[in-house]
Amino acid sequence: MIAELGHIALIVALGLSFLLAAIPMVGSYSNNLLWMRSSRSLATGVFVFIALAYACLTISFMESDFSVAYVAATSNSMLPWYYKASAVWGGHEGSFLLWVLMLTGWTFTVACLSRSLPMAMVARVLSVLGFLTIGFLLFMLLTSNPFDRLLPDTPSEGRDLNPLLQDPAFVFHPPILYMGYVGLSVNFAFAIAALLSGRLDSAWARWSRPWATAAWAFLTLGIALGSWWAYYELGWGGWWFWDPVENASFMPWLVSTALVHSLAVTEKRGVFKSWTILLAIFAFSLSLLGTFLVRSGVITSVHAFATDPERGVFILGFLAIVVGGSLAIYALKAPTMRAVATFGWMSREMFLLLNNVLLIVIMLTVLLGTLYPLIADAMGLGRISVGPPFFNAFFVPLVLVLSVLLGIGSISQWKRTKGQKLASFLWVPATAAVLIGLAVALMYGDEFHWKGWLCAAIGFWVIAVSLRDWWNKASKKRGSTFGQLLNMNASFYAMMLAHVGLGMTVVGGGLSSIYSVQSDVRLVPGDKVLVGAYEFNFSGTEGIRGPNYIADRANVTVSKNGEQVAVLGPEKRRYFSGGNMMTEAAVDSSFGRDLYMAMGEHLGEGAWAVRVYVKPFIMWIWIGCLLMGLGGFVAVADKRYRRLNAVHPEYTATTSAA
Amino acid sequence: MAMHPVRKQRLMIVLFIVVFASVAVGLMAFALRQNINLFYPPSKLINGEAPEGVNIRAGGCVVPGSISRSKTDLAVSFAITDGKGDVTVKYTGILPDLFSEGEAAVVNGQMQGGIFMAEQVLAKHDENYTPVEVAEAMADASAKTGTSHQASCDGMDMSGNKNY
Repeated sequence: MIAELGHIALIVALGLSFLLAAIPMVGSYSNNLLWMRSSRSLATGVFVFIALAYACLTISFMESDFSVAYVAATSNSMLPWYYKASAVWGGHEGSFLLWVLMLTGWTFTVACLSRSLPMAMVARVLSVLGFLTIGFLLFMLLTSNPFDRLLPDTPSEGRDLNPLLQDPAFVFHPPILYMGYVGLSVNFAFAIAALLSGRLDSAWARWSRPWATAAWAFLTLGIALGSWWAYYELGWGGWWFWDPVENASFMPWLVSTALVHSLAVTEKRGVFKSWTILLAIFAFSLSLLGTFLVRSGVITSVHAFATDPERGVFILGFLAIVVGGSLAIYALKAPTMRAVATFGWMSREMFLLLNNVLLIVIMLTVLLGTLYPLIADAMGLGRISVGPPFFNAFFVPLVLVLSVLLGIGSISQWKRTKGQKLASFLWVPATAAVLIGLAVALMYGDEFHWKGWLCAAIGFWVIAVSLRDWWNKASKKRGSTFGQLLNMNASFYAMMLAHVGLGMTVVGGGLSSIYSVQSDVRLVPGDKVLVGAYEFNFSGTEGIRGPNYIADRANVTVSKNGEQVAVLGPEKRRYFSGGNMMTEAAVDSSFGRDLYMAMGEHLGEGAWAVRVYVKPFIMWIWIGCLLMGLGGFVAVADKRYRRLNAVHPEYTATTSAA
Repeated sequence: MAMHPVRKQRLMIVLFIVVFASVAVGLMAFALRQNINLFYPPSKLINGEAPEGVNIRAGGCVVPGSISRSKTDLAVSFAITDGKGDVTVKYTGILPDLFSEGEAAVVNGQMQGGIFMAEQVLAKHDENYTPVEVAEAMADASAKTGTSHQASCDGMDMSGNKNY
């Protein structure tokens, strides 16, 4: 019964989203206030029914109702309750329901937090979101219904959640990532609404900025969490593999990073308007493209769901409608929007333009590398794959250039900045960065490595510029500088956190790649292996038992200069539900380095194949991402948005009267 | 005729973007040519259709009984097949969890003297998932020879679909 109730809730939600897509939109053109106002109640209705469907699916999982095909495929009665609840998004159908829940959740949030916006704008934004909901719900009901029953042949036991997914990160990574992915649809809807109304001014940019920033922050955290998870779960020691699905989430991130910056220019200076709109369209289109790549099975990937050509065709069709339709509206409406402001070559606008160009070029290289195997296959050039060297060859230098420019751009002023003023500000952080970089390069590695020096210098350059900016701004204010350091605008803290975060990520990514030491060895109990300055002592394995698995755990102590610094217990697990052995790596993390150990196969006679890494600075990557995400949330929480919104009630009057 | 400064700036920006983008595209095309790894099924490898000393990819089913581990280090050798031909793969390092006999594997590396020297071994990541390339190569081979897959691969789901 529960499953049928969920199915009915989905159908009701579909009906409501048809109304949401039509009534307020028509109302906004015929100036029918009642019809426009219906958008809020309809958006709430759609959300309530999707939430109901989601609750039904969760109940089916908690009760282990294996007559539901999806539950039987992704759950097992022995799973702990928290994995049962998160197994809801352990496969294609359920994760798509989560996706739709997020979409309607965002729609509902827009409906709640848009009291100060003109009614026509609210109606159009919610209608566009309703239109997107129709597409996703049709897809779910027609090709991937999570509530399908397995009757009368109900299995007595479920096939289990993929053991790779049985990890705490699985509870958080998909929801946070989807929050970001789907959040981009709000900006898409704002962009389409702006095109339809021909109204694209600072007020519009101010309305859409917090949404873009929120989606970006979620996306940042989601990607970082996924990367951290892959790092310790896959047992390969890497944190980014340029896997097509990673790329699928990274491309919208790159474009939304550009969007967040471009929106700032549109709000403050009224330029880059059409470009901002285009970025909003691209960001969401790329998130749809990602959905297509992940769920159609056209690519080989760690994340690929089971292949189904029908699903692929459906998403591709929807993608074509969304991208084609929005670009058509853009082509018809964008030329009417003109910028009036001007800016000089050395201005914040120009640096933000460069930021956008670089981010888009990076996105295009990633896009090319990701899609090239598909293109080549379609053109009959054979089955090929594009390796990480291709991506790194572009990504690394472009990110370093971007970071260097970031330092200059973030302290330059709108309209025009004197070069001399920049130079007198920047020489201190530049010198500091070069020296810190040298110190790092001399401390690590056997010989001097110019790449290590460059990465460290550029990462610390970004951090140093941000910190000097903070100090300077505080010292220019009245009162004690130390007191003023804590008395800045939220938007300044947001920018500083995000930029320091980027700097740390550059340092972490660069140095951990260059200076990490690896050793794959065969160890028998009593063996020692020296990796870098650390000695790993393997004293044997013991059998342990978890809630739904048994495992061999290695006992390893790590010492440096004769002193014990860590105890590691990597595991090799076998889950009761069957299947192969799973590796559970052991990581000892600290601010300066990670000690990482993963077990390979048992080689017989107590000997094991073991992979050992010492990775300096790797934690900086995730701390940096956390700071970036935190910066995003600080920006969203800025009182400025709420205050300025409230100042403009006249917009409501004029637009609804027009 | 003197240009309006705003137009002039816009022209410069557009020119810059065009030049920058063309250079970027040129470099990308070049880098792509250097870094693409063509996929070869084992039957093409033993026929010498693959270039030696160039990074390529291969994949197939791991032939049962062909895995041999060194007693002293992590060197391992095994054979992969597409049902039409076997090629020996040599690798030093740790094999992925889901690597086992009769299962699909994809290897990255180079051909040297008729042996595939792998730098990376990838196994399917999910019990129901077969790499697309392997599924296709196996399907091709069985279509051409008219024989069914080897016994070891019979249990495999070649389409990559989930079966309940």
